[in-house]
Amino acid sequence: MSQDVETIIRALLSDVLGLSSEKVSALHNDSQLFGAIPELDSLAVGGLLTEVEDRLDITIDDDEVDGELFATFGNLVRFAETKVAE
Amino acid sequence: MRPQPVHLHYSTADQSEYCLRFGPVDADRIILIVPPLFDEMNRTRRMMVEMMRELATRDVASLLPDLPGCNESTAALSIQSIESWRRAVSDVAAQLAATHVVAIRGGGLLDDAAALPIWRLAPVKGASLLKTLLRARIAADKEAGITTTAAQLIIAGQHDGLNLAGHAIGPEMLMDLEKAHPVASDEITEATLTDVAGTALWLRSEPGESPQMSAALAAHIDRWSAMCGR
Repeated sequence: MSQDVETIIRALLSDVLGLSSEKVSALHNDSQLFGAIPELDSLAVGGLLTEVEDRLDITIDDDEVDGELFATFGNLVRFAETKVAE
Repeated sequence: MRPQPVHLHYSTADQSEYCLRFGPVDADRIILIVPPLFDEMNRTRRMMVEMMRELATRDVASLLPDLPGCNESTAALSIQSIESWRRAVSDVAAQLAATHVVAIRGGGLLDDAAALPIWRLAPVKGASLLKTLLRARIAADKEAGITTTAAQLIIAGQHDGLNLAGHAIGPEMLMDLEKAHPVASDEITEATLTDVAGTALWLRSEPGESPQMSAALAAHIDRWSAMCGR
C-alpha cells in the first residue's frame, strides 16, 4: 500500500502543480516542497488537500494541516500513509 | 484561418452578459459549455476555447457564456448564488438556441437547469469546491500570522459573506455551495479524465493548456452529440 500512496501523491503533485514527470520522479523523502517549489502557493495547498482526500478516500481535519506537512515530500507521503491506515 | 469567435449577448436577471460563440451560423448542433467555477474556470478557459475551435472545424457550434459576476460581467459576484447561475444557464440556453449541454467540473452543479441532453467531465460537489476555497483562505491567513478555522469562516460568512482566494462569496452562494451536488440521472453521460487523455488543468496553480485534451474532448463531444436526439 505504501508504494501506492507514494505513487498517487507523485501523480497528484504533477496534476496540481503542473510539474514534469522528470521533476516528479526525482522527488525523494528530503525534497523540500513548500517554499522551494514556487508553484506551491496557498491556493495550490487548498486544491492539493482536497484532491488528496478524494484520491485516497480520507478526511483531513484543518487542524492537522501545518507548515511541517508540506515541508518535504517525505512528510506529505508519511502523513497520507498514516491517514490511509486509520 | 483558424475558427474565430463571435461575441454574443444574453440577458439574465435584467442584465446583459457576454457569450462567446464558435461554429457555423446555421449549425444543427449548438453545444452550451457550462464552465468550471471560480479559479477552475480561469485555469481551463484556454483549453475550453481550443476545444470550441476544434468543434467548429467539425461544423459543430458551441457557446461559452460569462456567468453573472465573472469575466466581463458588470454584475457583482457577491450577490450571485448557485441559483442565479442556474437561471443564467437556462436563460442563455433558451436565448441562443443551445441543443446540448457540456459541463466541466463545477458546471455540473448548473447543467440540468437548461433541460437539454448533458455530457459531463469530472463533476464535483459544491462542498468540495468550497472546502478548497476555505483551505486557501486558511493557508493565506496562516502565512499572515492569523489562525482561522473553516467553521469560524462559515459562521462569519453566513452574515457578511467571505473573501475566499480573491472571490467575493456572498451568504447565499456560501449556503448553496454547501449543499449543491451534480444531479444524478441515467440520461447524463459522465466522462473521466482517462476517457479524454486529459490532465487536471483545473487543479493547476498556474493556468495551462493541453491541445491533446482539447482535441480529445471535441472528438468525444462530437460523437456524443451526433448520437443523442434534439
